[in-house]
Amino acid sequence: MTQEPIKVIADKCVGCSLCVKSCPFGAVVLENKLAVIDLTKCTLCGACVQACRFDSIEMVAKTAEQKDLSLFRDVWVFAEHHEGKINTITYELLGKGRKLADDLGMDLCAVLLGKDIKSRTEDLIARGADKVYVIDRPELEYFQDEIYAAVLIEVVNKYKPNIFLCGATTVGRSLASRVAVKVHVGLTADCTGLDIDPATRNLVQTRPAFGGNIMAAIISPNHRPQMATVRHKVMKESGVDSTRKGRVFVEKIAEALLQSRAKRIRFEKDVSVTVNIAEANIIVSGGRGLQKPENFAVIRDMADVLGAAVGASRAAVDAGWIPYSHQVGQTGKTVCPKIYFACGISGQIQHLAGMSSADIIVAINKDPDAPIFKAATYGIVGDVMTVVPLLTAELKKLLKK
Amino acid sequence: MHLVVCIKQVPDTTNVRINPETNTLIRAGVASVVNPFDMYAIEEAVRIKEKLGGKVTVLTMGPPQADAVLREAISMGADEGVLVSDRAFAGSDTWATSYTLAAAIRKIGDYGIIICGKQASDGDTAQVGPGIATHLDLPQVTYVRKIHEIAEDHIVAERMLDEGSEVITCPVPCILTVVKELNEPRLPSLRGKMAAKKAQLIQWAAKDLDCDPKGLGLDGSPTKVVRIFTPPPRGGGEILAGEADAAVRALVEKLKDVVIATSK
Repeated sequence: MTQEPIKVIADKCVGCSLCVKSCPFGAVVLENKLAVIDLTKCTLCGACVQACRFDSIEMVAKTAEQKDLSLFRDVWVFAEHHEGKINTITYELLGKGRKLADDLGMDLCAVLLGKDIKSRTEDLIARGADKVYVIDRPELEYFQDEIYAAVLIEVVNKYKPNIFLCGATTVGRSLASRVAVKVHVGLTADCTGLDIDPATRNLVQTRPAFGGNIMAAIISPNHRPQMATVRHKVMKESGVDSTRKGRVFVEKIAEALLQSRAKRIRFEKDVSVTVNIAEANIIVSGGRGLQKPENFAVIRDMADVLGAAVGASRAAVDAGWIPYSHQVGQTGKTVCPKIYFACGISGQIQHLAGMSSADIIVAINKDPDAPIFKAATYGIVGDVMTVVPLLTAELKKLLKK
Repeated sequence: MHLVVCIKQVPDTTNVRINPETNTLIRAGVASVVNPFDMYAIEEAVRIKEKLGGKVTVLTMGPPQADAVLREAISMGADEGVLVSDRAFAGSDTWATSYTLAAAIRKIGDYGIIICGKQASDGDTAQVGPGIATHLDLPQVTYVRKIHEIAEDHIVAERMLDEGSEVITCPVPCILTVVKELNEPRLPSLRGKMAAKKAQLIQWAAKDLDCDPKGLGLDGSPTKVVRIFTPPPRGGGEILAGEADAAVRALVEKLKDVVIATSK
């Protein structure tokens, strides 16, 4: 008989039902004033262990074989770029990475893959990197899943970093997972918080789940590097200090690793996008309340004045008013701007899942009972077609445009 | 072509409510559904089968009641359902999940294209698709929005990147992860519903798969959840009253500093 991985200590349980309420999977029930865990539903997430005030639920982790983790040093950042232009997420990772490296007394390193890319190393050093590992090859001109993963696996196994961060971009998510599986380490997706636990020196990775309704703190205690992808706009960009000194290592990679079965035929820039929604500081979003596709012009006008990205609710996308690449929410993109304007958007839970971590949410809707007002920092009850043009005019004045 | 679709049962968020006092999810009575992104994966697999012939197998890992999502996929035109279910899988993170699913796909054997939704709506990781690809050493095309060309030996697919779209040619076997733009999932036909009801599902436990028990469940998961908490509720909720122009001016006053600091 194998030991149960989680159990209720009957002597300690008082039947208070705190654990029942805490379980996101409905796996805990009270039977005769005693908590009972249905192991077919339980995912061992540990929420009930946290919730219990009487220490009556125990999770039995098998003691993993202790590995020597002291060989793993330095905090690494994947330097994502598009056609040689470093993405802002890279600077955000360097900002956070600097803090983590200082807390651990380690170096901050950037790993840069590309073609004719060596000139970008100075920029990464000025932004806080102590070392830059460069792999400069024609095959690395643009992102290719298999080749980029093979190269990263090679350098990670060679240098053994302690922490390795990537942006939670389409590229970062496609890539980091291949690396983590092959190197056999943990990977936490879409983190919004990263801290070093002073006692264990583990990286504590905080991320939203269930559309941001719960937060989970996650560690990878027995595997190195500790890998995470990090959400846009959550971490502060590192500053520029052009007097900083750093070292550059140019890595040679075996030809055999530079083969890809999947091959790019062509790339087309999205012409409907002037500001990338994931990187935007301000997003102006429109929904069904706009009534007809022509009315999206008021959203675009306001976005232009602010230098903001244009977003949309699922209803507006499904109606064909605007391309899918603009959709914010559960089946679209998750965004985290400084200001999010929701114009004529009712605020269904699926939409909130994509934008509720914005710093400031402004809701404009003619229905005072719309759920968006519950999530909003500021709300104006009124018709979008009246309020938005007025707001655009005021903002124009403010910015003297 | 033998198409394998990996799907997941998730709570139906359209019915999820938040308890305003404790700020936690109210799960009682919440139905489970097929992960929204997986619906596009099922639909595309059925379309490819209709074009090239062959068969669609849907695969899920989960508790015994996850058989419901397999039956739903069969009602849409999938031919066979495989449920991978065992207590040994509890507590799996994305590493262990992709390891287990890869072992099941290896057992299915003669696969051509494996299709997954871009991500699941409960975990939102987008890691399992590329994870399976790596365990099986297959090429991948992630975030697929359109299929330009499909044949027994290769596929030409278009994917969404942050800056635009990329058209990729990829040999079969391979893995695709798909987004909403790809298609519009069909409603089940009456015949499909009958087939779903009668379908004999295949069920595999850990012992049926050729895999190392150390790679399964909580023990096989490098990541550990140490704490779960509800985020602090959003403060504020200030309604700016008055006529539209007065409300707008009040709003600009509130936003002024942030707007000037962030807009270029």
